[in-house]
Amino acid sequence: MSHHIVEVRDLGYTYPDGTTALNAVNFRITHGEAVAIVGSNGAGKSTLLLHLIGHLTPQTGMVQIGDYRMAPQTARLIRRTVGMLFQDPDDQLFMPTVGDDVAFGPLNMGLPKEDVEARVENALTTVGALHLKDRAPYRLSGGEKRRAAIASVLASSPDILVLDEPTSSLDPRSRRRLIQLLAEFHHTRIIATHDLDMAFDLCPRTIILHGGEIAADGPTGDIFQDEALLMASGLEKPLSMQGCPSCRHPRR
Amino acid sequence: MSHIETSYLDFGRLEALSRGDSFLHRLDPRTKVLTTVFFVLAVISFDAYTVSALLPFLLYPAVLSGWGGLPVGYLLKRVSLVMPFALMVGLFNPLLDRDPGATLGPLELSGGWLSFASILLRVFLASSAAFILIALTGMPDIALALERMKVPRIFVVQILFVYRYIFVLTEEAVRMMRAYTLRSVHGRRPGLGIYAQIVGHLLLRTLDRARRIYLAMVSRGFDGEVHTLRTFHLGLRDVIFLVGWVSVFSLFRYQNIPAWIERMAG
Repeated sequence: MSHHIVEVRDLGYTYPDGTTALNAVNFRITHGEAVAIVGSNGAGKSTLLLHLIGHLTPQTGMVQIGDYRMAPQTARLIRRTVGMLFQDPDDQLFMPTVGDDVAFGPLNMGLPKEDVEARVENALTTVGALHLKDRAPYRLSGGEKRRAAIASVLASSPDILVLDEPTSSLDPRSRRRLIQLLAEFHHTRIIATHDLDMAFDLCPRTIILHGGEIAADGPTGDIFQDEALLMASGLEKPLSMQGCPSCRHPRR
Repeated sequence: MSHIETSYLDFGRLEALSRGDSFLHRLDPRTKVLTTVFFVLAVISFDAYTVSALLPFLLYPAVLSGWGGLPVGYLLKRVSLVMPFALMVGLFNPLLDRDPGATLGPLELSGGWLSFASILLRVFLASSAAFILIALTGMPDIALALERMKVPRIFVVQILFVYRYIFVLTEEAVRMMRAYTLRSVHGRRPGLGIYAQIVGHLLLRTLDRARRIYLAMVSRGFDGEVHTLRTFHLGLRDVIFLVGWVSVFSLFRYQNIPAWIERMAG
């Protein structure tokens, strides 16, 4: 199953204004893994994600997705395997109705209409949003938008899901349902987030980015216990691992 | 500012109406677009002083909103938001054009008043036809109908995207205005300088958003062409609808019906 592997080696990227966003980043994510990429604002998460979908070309080092090494010529092929969920669902749902939007990816792949219809139904059913099919995206709630956006990614049946802040601006229940949904997937999942509790629930492995470099890469449980590391990276322990705030159980 | 949101861009209701299920809703979007185009062409092709010959054309919006079960009050409100522009266009005609144009009993009307009335009537007719088209068809289907009718794709994609993002953009503008109002002392209206800054910011945000949307499109295999699952079907009723209305429009266009009635009565 080599085509589900994401390998990043010595990746470096400096923006035209001289800001170094990534410096010598190395990791290898294998088939079916769920990995959280965490880090404070400006740590380089977004830049890293843009490399994974081929929007940015590595300045140094390389990105390999499955059998392909990322380059302008291979970006199209790679985007078939990598599905990206953007942070703002309004950016992702650009078609007039949810159904049109979910059909966008499969139609671009040139699939016959019946297959596309089946995929739309499937994807919307998976996220529990089939009833939203004919609705216009701007009439949906935040949680519904997020589900629709996920369906639009799933419809292209990617092997690898790249999610940028999937739980941001969701109310607690929508967030909980989204986490349950993501937990059911068997894709390789790469989740960039500030929601460390979600990372703890979903991802056995965590990579901490700090100042464009990898500060830690290991089992999520171990990393989130290491308060010195979290502090140095501008992060805090997930709430679920902190002491109880009402009974004053001492925080560790 | 919430005024803008609620009244001016209340496309939500139009959108909801377009999901109705009358036989007009089920017609092929192309039929409705074409009929509307013929209607507007007929209405604007009269000379500047025509008033009475335009009146029969009111039949079209009246009949369509009746058959389509559209709320007339709501449509009139939509249209009334467009009318100020017509007022502005025709405002100076009565002052500039004082040649006698017509007599109404003892009253003599100047050509300026006639052309003013003509402009108002035409704008009323054209905009109500346009709103009815949207309410019976929905913007996305109109755009796709245009594409099938060989309108260049770039315009079609423009329409689709403007329609999709006008709401997002308005919301952003409203948020910025709200932030301004909350921090402005005395609740003064923003001066030109502030407006310029707000518009500038809005432009930057829009560019940013456009970049992200493009990214989202490309990452799902966008290759310059927008495909959709919607299928259109031209049937016999479409032909009857189109031919029927176009004949009615030609009759109204070449025969002055109110003048006939007058002659018959006289």
